[in-house]
Amino acid sequence: MNQSPVPKRTALQWLSKQGYRFAPALFFISLIILWELICRLGQVPQYILPSPSAIVEAFFNVEFSRWMTHLWATLRVALMGFGLSILISLPLSIGMIRSELLNRTLYPALIVIQSTPVVAVAPLIIVLMGTDDPSRVLITCLITFFPLVVSTTTGMLETPPELIELSQSLRAPRYRETWQIRIPYAIPHIFSGLRVSITLAIIGAVVAEFVAAEQGLGYFIQFSTSFFKIPQAFAGLIFLSAISLLLFKSVQWLQLWLFPWSLPKKK
Amino acid sequence: MTESNEKNSLQAYVSMKNVGHRYDPDPQAPMAVQAIDLDIHRHEFVAVVGPSGCGKSTLLRMVSGLLIPSHGEVSVFNRPVTEPRDDVGIVFQKPNLLPWLTVKKNVLFPLKHKYGRVREEDKKRADELLQMTGLGAFADKMPEELSGGMQQRVGIVRALLLNPDILLMDEPFSALDALTREQIGFDLLDIWRDHPKTVLFITHSISEAVLLADRILVMSKRPGTVLDLIDVDLPRPRSSDTINSPRFSELTNIIRGHIYEPITRA
Repeated sequence: MNQSPVPKRTALQWLSKQGYRFAPALFFISLIILWELICRLGQVPQYILPSPSAIVEAFFNVEFSRWMTHLWATLRVALMGFGLSILISLPLSIGMIRSELLNRTLYPALIVIQSTPVVAVAPLIIVLMGTDDPSRVLITCLITFFPLVVSTTTGMLETPPELIELSQSLRAPRYRETWQIRIPYAIPHIFSGLRVSITLAIIGAVVAEFVAAEQGLGYFIQFSTSFFKIPQAFAGLIFLSAISLLLFKSVQWLQLWLFPWSLPKKK
Repeated sequence: MTESNEKNSLQAYVSMKNVGHRYDPDPQAPMAVQAIDLDIHRHEFVAVVGPSGCGKSTLLRMVSGLLIPSHGEVSVFNRPVTEPRDDVGIVFQKPNLLPWLTVKKNVLFPLKHKYGRVREEDKKRADELLQMTGLGAFADKMPEELSGGMQQRVGIVRALLLNPDILLMDEPFSALDALTREQIGFDLLDIWRDHPKTVLFITHSISEAVLLADRILVMSKRPGTVLDLIDVDLPRPRSSDTINSPRFSELTNIIRGHIYEPITRA
């Protein structure tokens, strides 16, 4: 009994530790409860702001296979656009690092492309290339490639100059300087670019679906809204956000798995 | 004294004749270094001291061939240096290890980088070098798991891997704490005694230069030129006792005088 103050204090510590740990989840759950309460007590109509419970209901009212069809349509375009932009931006960055002429020639063009709002160009691309996957992939690619080029180039430029000198003093071939020194040094930067780009890829695919599509989560949200099926539109939106979040986390997991040294150290 | 006389009688190995460099091609622009005459003998340990920005690193880059001087000529073994030499090992101020490679792979990196592959005997040599420098147990660790002093040791081992005849060290210990610094200096002397090399050692620390070197080149502030070339006649092997000898203080005071004199005059 005389030991009771000690366990009591550790219990309190345990509670505060758990509180700290679950704070984000608790905040999130509270928000959803608050949302539900506002909708119920304020008698907000479903077509203006559906309650979370109505959204969940709407989600399960749509057949699973339909969800999968739309998901696949969006995911396919997003990943193809993302992949294409990786295929373009990595060689482009390497080329721009190795050749001052190429850098000088292409950099202004890249800035022009990035400054053009892709959302505004999307309808023109559809007119030019038709309403199939290729035009949607191109739109996605245009949105995603710039952060990749910038992060890869920045990363390669941040290689310590002493290592480049080491490479020069060894008279090693230039391609090894690129592959064994510059690119690995750029890995942390490349991955922060990939994290930005993967979420942009979903945005790109949805923008393309808004302009022309018969499938996809963006298309699903748009037609649900136009039929005033607001809970269903919300369900689509939340599903889309969840997918986007999952892709973002996947890029992080990939980095942790393939390049654990490139992550900042945990103290 | 006899030891240093004997070295002086040998043929110059690294030779600089009226060497100067101007980074800016404009002839009106100031020189980074000028009128450097220096003969380094084979397996001699030469330290370079001087104020910040006096062109010490420029000097080192000219010996490595990474920088071709705009004036004069640097030659190694009577052959002018016209391109990067691969018989030099370079140790930088920061260890500059590759964070994605283990200690051993970092040591082997110059070979992998130059030839694209590493032979079994190279791996054996890397192991030996790591053992010799007390890093044997750390061969499979990642650089980030090592202390700063250990990382710099790995940097030195990496420079030794190709068994270079010339070891260029650009303020290699300046990022280390005083105790580590002294210890690693003595370790360097041990390595140098067992595996003789021509060493060009750049440092900010006057006492470090006196403790390690056979001769010390004292440079003026920019544009860097030779203020004095001092024979360090302290007996080897050097140890912490060396620091307490009266001659040690005499030598450091001479150098200190050189470095501060032009400033007080100005």
